[in-house]
Order: sequence, then structure tokens, then C-alpha cells
Amino acid sequence: MKPQNYSERKLEVEGWKVNLTVYQLGDKWHAKADNVSPGASLARIVADSREDAESKALARAKELLSRTKRHPV
Amino acid sequence: MANYAHPEVLVNTDWVAAHASDPKVRVVEVDVDTKAYDEGHVPGASAWAWNTQLCDTVMRDILPKAQFTALMTQSGIDNDTTVVLYGDNNNWFAAWAFWQMKIYGHPDVRIMDGGRKKWLAEGRDLETMSRKATPSAGPYQASGPEYSIRAFLPQVQQAQKAGDTIMIDVRSPQEFSGEILSPPGLPETCQRGGHIPGARSVPWGKACNDDGTFKSLEDLQKLYGAEGVTQSTPVVAYCRIGERSSHTWFVLKYLMGVGNVVNYDGSWTEWGNLVGAPVEKGVAKSASQA
Repeated sequence: MKPQNYSERKLEVEGWKVNLTVYQLGDKWHAKADNVSPGASLARIVADSREDAESKALARAKELLSRTKRHPV
Repeated sequence: MANYAHPEVLVNTDWVAAHASDPKVRVVEVDVDTKAYDEGHVPGASAWAWNTQLCDTVMRDILPKAQFTALMTQSGIDNDTTVVLYGDNNNWFAAWAFWQMKIYGHPDVRIMDGGRKKWLAEGRDLETMSRKATPSAGPYQASGPEYSIRAFLPQVQQAQKAGDTIMIDVRSPQEFSGEILSPPGLPETCQRGGHIPGARSVPWGKACNDDGTFKSLEDLQKLYGAEGVTQSTPVVAYCRIGERSSHTWFVLKYLMGVGNVVNYDGSWTEWGNLVGAPVEKGVAKSASQA
């Protein structure tokens, strides 16, 4: 099986840069949201449509990133 | 790849596609996100989970020698096997596995340049069936541990006091400054934020291009040279738990040829939790952080 329609784009979620990777494998869409720095995975979703996979991955990323506490420097 | 100090430790995706079924080659995926492999992987590749198979699961340490030996045997790896590692996020944890394989002296370990990301982006074949390797006949003979590539706390404390070693903090600028205590979205694992006094900030991902491949030697020399790194400079690389810094260690040692570079895997979860350890806060003054 070959991945198709691979794409990446950068977004801002809860004030943090997020890299959203999406591709199609067979009849499923895979979406992965990483924090850009360092690049740790925040969410990995498999869904029937691109829109569903992206929105679920971003919702999970938002949930995690909203918990990140900024400390005074 | 030709002008890197040790180009033999890198292979490209074409090479892997051509050699994945070679009996003398074992391809292993090591991901930050251990579920990635199950979604599809390089045909024939097996997987190692960094959080259960590449560490001591009781005390905080790398994989003990006996367990490393067992892992190699179970993975069908002999001492003369060419092991090709790759993973997600620019080979972050593949470099962690590479570092441990060098601690235990495996001669021929390579990294697939660009990692999982490049393989996917190129639309190459993926296999979804999990691979359980046929164990090697063995016995696998691990050597070492070779700790000349690993820094422990006393060595780092001494180097920090002496000021004769370049400390490279490879975490994000916000972790370096102390604004956040862990990567965004992940649990905090230290009591104090900031960095080792005198450390330079060069986030690990700056060593990679957008497609996940390593930057050219010239670009790497420019990036690290701006922080005073030369081939003879003693360097300590650290991050939060030692895996991002293993990537930088790989870049400095094998791509740039820095002779004396060590990975401090205790990193900020050790230093930032120590009673009485000096901590510096604030943004880096260097250009490489921007």
C-alpha cells in the first residue's frame, strides 16, 4: 500500500506552533499533529475523511496545548 | 552525503528500498510516537519502542547490556548485520537507538536520511503487518559499555565549573529560557526551568531540512560554528531526557566529525531537579536560536 496525498502545514494552536501532517492510506485518512519545537507527537488520528481526521487531531492538540503553563522568566 | 565526516552512517530512501529484504540488513523503525509503526512501515522493518525496549524500565538508565544483547538476538541481528534505523520526526528516536548501539559497540549502524517522513512524502510502499523477526542464531556479542560518548552528572558539573567545554542545549527556545518546563503539550518533568549556566541554545531540529534530511555539512558548520564548535572543541549536548541531544550528538560526531562530543542523557530532568544546582534563565544571546 502506498501513502497518497501527503501534505504538511503549520498552524498556531493555543499560541503554539503545530505541524499537521495528513495522508491517505487505502480508504482511510491519517492525521498527525506535532508541536513544532521539539516535534513531539500530540495527536494521531485515523478517520474516514480528511476533514474528520484533521479536526480530531487538532482538537486533541488543542486540549493538550491548553494545559501548557507559561512561567515568568 | 559525500562530504560528511562519516557518510557511511547515512543511507537514503532509495538504498533502503533496494536493500530492505537483504538478509544481511535489518531495518528498524524507532518512533517518538510508538503507534506510528502500526499504521504502516517500511516493508520488512521491525520496530523498537523507545520507552520499553530502549531503556531500563526499573531504574532510570539506558538499556542494560544483557537486555541489549537479548534485543539484538530477538531482532535477528548478528554482530555483522547492517542495521538501518529510521523514525518519525527527523529520526529523533532513531538517533537515540543509534547512540545506544554505539555504546554497545555494534559496528555497522546507519540512519535512513529523512526518516519516516521522507518515506511517506515520497509515496513509497508501506506494510501494515507487524514484523516479528526471526531471532538470530547468535550468540550476539555486545562490547562496552563505551562511555566515552556518554556524559554523567559529575563530568557535566566539572565541565560547567571549568568553562572549558561547550554545552549545547538542544531544547526549544522556551524550554531554554525557563518559560516552559517541558515541550508544549507534555507533562512537566522538572522542578525548575532554565538552562545550565553558560549553555548555548541550538534547537536540535535546526540540523534538518524541511524534508527531514540532514542539512549539508556547510550549513551545519555555519550553525554550530556560530556557537564556537570546531572539530576539536569538547562538547556536551543535552536536552530534557537525552534523546533530542542524541540527535545532535550524531550530527556533531558523524556528520561534522567533532572528536570529543558526548550526550548527557541525564539532561534537564536531572539538572533541573537537583538541589543546589546552578540555573540560568532567559533567552539565548546567540543567533542560532532565532
